[in-house]
Amino acid sequence: MATAASKNIIEIRNLHKYFGDVQALRGVNLNVERGKVVVIVGPSGSGKSTLLRCINHLEVETEGEVWVDGKRLSEKNKDINSIRAEIGMVFQLFNLFPHLSVLDNIVLAQRVVRGRKKDEAVQIAHEQLKRVGISEKADNFPGQLSGGQQQRVAIARALAMNPKIMLFDEPTSALDPEMIKEVLDVMLALAKDGMTMVCVTHEMGFARAAADEVIFMDHGLIVEKGSPDAVFNHPQEERTKLFLSQILSH
Amino acid sequence: MTHSTGIDPNLPQVQASAKPRPKTLQERIDEFPWWVGGIFVIAIGAFYLVTTQTSFGEALNFIRIGIGITITTTLYAYSIALVIGLVAGLGRISRNVVVRNLSTLYVELVRGIPILVLIFYIALVAVPDSLGVFKTLGAWLTSNGLGFIGQPLAAINNDSISLNVRAIIALSVTYGAFLAEIFRAGIQSIGKGQMEAARSLGMSYGQAMRYVILPQAIRNVLPALGNDFVAMVKDSSLVSVLAVRDITQVARLYAGRTFRFREAYTILAILYLGMTLILSLVVRVLERRLHGNSRK
Repeated sequence: MATAASKNIIEIRNLHKYFGDVQALRGVNLNVERGKVVVIVGPSGSGKSTLLRCINHLEVETEGEVWVDGKRLSEKNKDINSIRAEIGMVFQLFNLFPHLSVLDNIVLAQRVVRGRKKDEAVQIAHEQLKRVGISEKADNFPGQLSGGQQQRVAIARALAMNPKIMLFDEPTSALDPEMIKEVLDVMLALAKDGMTMVCVTHEMGFARAAADEVIFMDHGLIVEKGSPDAVFNHPQEERTKLFLSQILSH
Repeated sequence: MTHSTGIDPNLPQVQASAKPRPKTLQERIDEFPWWVGGIFVIAIGAFYLVTTQTSFGEALNFIRIGIGITITTTLYAYSIALVIGLVAGLGRISRNVVVRNLSTLYVELVRGIPILVLIFYIALVAVPDSLGVFKTLGAWLTSNGLGFIGQPLAAINNDSISLNVRAIIALSVTYGAFLAEIFRAGIQSIGKGQMEAARSLGMSYGQAMRYVILPQAIRNVLPALGNDFVAMVKDSSLVSVLAVRDITQVARLYAGRTFRFREAYTILAILYLGMTLILSLVVRVLERRLHGNSRK
């Protein structure tokens, strides 16, 4: 059983997820240790995003257990909001709040969820904006920013809650090529700071540089896992080899 | 007819594309808002009638007494309808089966009955019947030693709720259903990523609605809300069937008393037209300002 003191901050056991008749996850087991960076790769439809979204209960498991920081997520769990506050999430399409300024995007949840005073929340927001390198955009609205800038604001918004875990759901897939690096740089710095991260991404360069563990998923199952070197350079499974040859061949 | 777009080597191309082509006379005639001219003619005609013909002047003097009632009835009813509409609109998309079905039932019932019939029914059947329920409840509470709540409840009788109030209740219940559909559509127009982002930050469903979804949804549906406000100004004329002294009722009284039907109903039509045109203009200006401020 996971406890708050155990070294695993995320424990997933025998996770199954159905969307109607479609089985997205078919028995996933995964442990993530505190401070580790896990990168999930795999073809589309393999269940990577579903797995990630189960970790903060945006998707409710059909069967199995998800434990985060010693607490089990479940439909009946009234604490789901306080558990989610400890888990930052960054989405493929940023999902910034378009009616609020960049600053207010970052301040809102701090005040509403964390109950911080306005001054404190604003100060933290400025610190996080500085951390992701766009202090000068605090008063702009999301629609006035480039995709890369928006994604960095989204990361700052999540970080301002002081999460214990950060989840990244294909954070660079919707970006123009020249903006991918600015987002990856922020993620690399975050990894270096010791943040626990679970990232679904196709950025192999990031995975090699930052990941403690790479997980290859296919058809709702974890096919192979190991260090970046092991999975990328010496894959054991045929499906992993095929996938890597497809994405590395161009 | 068609302008060649710069194949002619003699034409300086940059200049040709930078300067807009002057409009032809035919286009100007086609695009001119002639209907505004028609409105002007009506306004001038009305002014002429009222100032030169004593009968029209008298009709206006008499009928304008009802303007206050028309405006206050509309304002009260619309404000209440906004609250009912928001609650029912949220109910329509609730995950709670009971709440969702009750809200849908309300909307479908109201939309399936003519407004005039609803006004009669609510004012003359639903309100008296619920007063009967209050009376029974009050008597029961009093007999159980809760007289401080029970006695005032039992004391409400049929006369203590005026027809003006009943008219407002009827209009708000009716328009609440229309506005519920507008709010529902507005909320559903916001991508689900917004709710997910808010929830992933730890906000409850209610907090996400209040701080993230509704501000965007309401901004999207403001034009529709404005249109329904204008529509309600017109539909408020229906409360005249309850003998509420709005401009329609006063005009009917005037016509019945003097047999000056032409004067009474001309003035009445022009008063409504004036109110709705001014309101439409306000709505249009608000809409444009909102559009100017909109951020992607």
